[in-house]
Amino acid sequence: MKMRASHLTVRYGAKVAIKDVSIDIHANQVLALIGPSGCGKSTFLRSLNRMNDTVPGVSVTGQVQLDGEPIYGPEVDAVLVRRRVGMVFQKSNPFPKSIFENVAYGLRVGGLRERGAVADRVEQALRHAALWDEVKDRLHESGLGLSGGQQQRLCIARALAVEPEVLLMDEPASALDPIATAKVEELVSDLRDQLTIVIVTHNMQQAARVSQRTGFFYMGKLVEVGETTQIFTRPKERETEDYITGRFG
Amino acid sequence: MTAPARTTVAAPTRRSPTISSSRKAMNNVMLGLCVAATALTLAVLAWIFGYVLIQGARHVNLAFFTNLPAPVGEPDGGFLNALVGTAIMVGVASAIAIPIGVFAGIYLAEFGVGWLAWTVRFVNDTLNATPSIVAGLFAYTLIVLETHRFSAFAGSVALAVLMIPTITRTTEEMIRLVPRALREGALALGVPEWGMTLQIVLPAAASGVVTGIMLAVARVSGETAALLFTAFNNRFLSASLNEPMSSVPVQVYTYAIAPYEDWHHQAWAGALVLVTLVACFSAAVRLATRNRHQSLT
Repeated sequence: MKMRASHLTVRYGAKVAIKDVSIDIHANQVLALIGPSGCGKSTFLRSLNRMNDTVPGVSVTGQVQLDGEPIYGPEVDAVLVRRRVGMVFQKSNPFPKSIFENVAYGLRVGGLRERGAVADRVEQALRHAALWDEVKDRLHESGLGLSGGQQQRLCIARALAVEPEVLLMDEPASALDPIATAKVEELVSDLRDQLTIVIVTHNMQQAARVSQRTGFFYMGKLVEVGETTQIFTRPKERETEDYITGRFG
Repeated sequence: MTAPARTTVAAPTRRSPTISSSRKAMNNVMLGLCVAATALTLAVLAWIFGYVLIQGARHVNLAFFTNLPAPVGEPDGGFLNALVGTAIMVGVASAIAIPIGVFAGIYLAEFGVGWLAWTVRFVNDTLNATPSIVAGLFAYTLIVLETHRFSAFAGSVALAVLMIPTITRTTEEMIRLVPRALREGALALGVPEWGMTLQIVLPAAASGVVTGIMLAVARVSGETAALLFTAFNNRFLSASLNEPMSSVPVQVYTYAIAPYEDWHHQAWAGALVLVTLVACFSAAVRLATRNRHQSLT
């Protein structure tokens, strides 16, 4: 068990975004979260590394544990939680810096100063994100000059460089073409050995391809969670079945 | 699938896909107005600069840059004291105003809600619209009357007061333009908020912030009224902030209203040099701070 959410409720002002969600996130597995737009899956994802803290008017009740330790509470430093639980966003968001600096920035913030060590980790992260061969000759060019798919892999490299224990991915391939999508999916499958991944996706084939477990969100509630094969072949709940067979959503 | 219900909405009448002549005419009129307005603006600018150039170019020589003012009738007087004075006072004013303006702008953009932010914004806008002589009066009351002497420091403070609102406002606007996604990207790496603001957001907004600073510098470089009774004037070369100090605009003013022909020439030369220096300085700073990785502006 890497993370566990228990009775998690998130409100934006008076509006309840997710309600009483409890879910276990197993170590070295990929958990896919599916559901129609606005069902709360992104909100849930963002509550796992306290990204929602930055949204004005948000309130969170319930608890999330990381390795058995609570991540919500007055004594918990959200910054340290985010160092352990990294995130990749739907839209790639490279910093207006060079490719190298995009990846090195998080390392330096984490306290790594020695030049050689930084360079090694940058290379390692870029290789990991399957981007190294495409950028190794232009590391000092702008990250914004890359194609959309490359930018997203740069953001993945940036997140991997700081060696998080858990990686949250919010529809990481939704803005990418099929080839770039395939690369990202392959990456997700490969990364499972080193870390735990939670991925939000609109694409059910993608969920089926990359995940071991799948959770279905609907109207702010977690309707069902289980083995991916079970969810897609023998869902327990009627709503899940309707959704995966395309009757709504 | 059932057949779609019959609609009663009339199909749009078929029209040829050429642009109607009235729209074409309107297009041309609007374009013409924009071009005319641009041309007018540029013409005024060109006229001013051209006039200054014609009047001043003849009188700019090496002595102008290397010599102190000469008594009336003596040749080879220069503006050395004024050039040095302007550089020093604008420099000191920038050292005061840039940190205050940039940090106030960051505050307004990042934490700018509630009555305090509203007040800061209101005061800032009021300050921005304040005539420069009022800023001079402020420094006069605060420093000159207290220390019983005109001083370069008082002049610098007056200039800083004029610079702060411009810098604050542009910094705020530019920082607001930085997309939320960029901030979240930094936070998700475990970067504390101050680090995100100073290392990611501010650099992303840098070229816009620098433009604001340059506007402020350009504005106060030609400022006369605020310096008349703060820094006053000085016929000699001085680098002391406690002494009266000459500046190019005040010297131009003094020479321009004097009844001597050769002083008038020098005033024109001073105006030309001032305009040219400010333009070159702006261009140089823009070039030096140009962000290769800029995403905005």
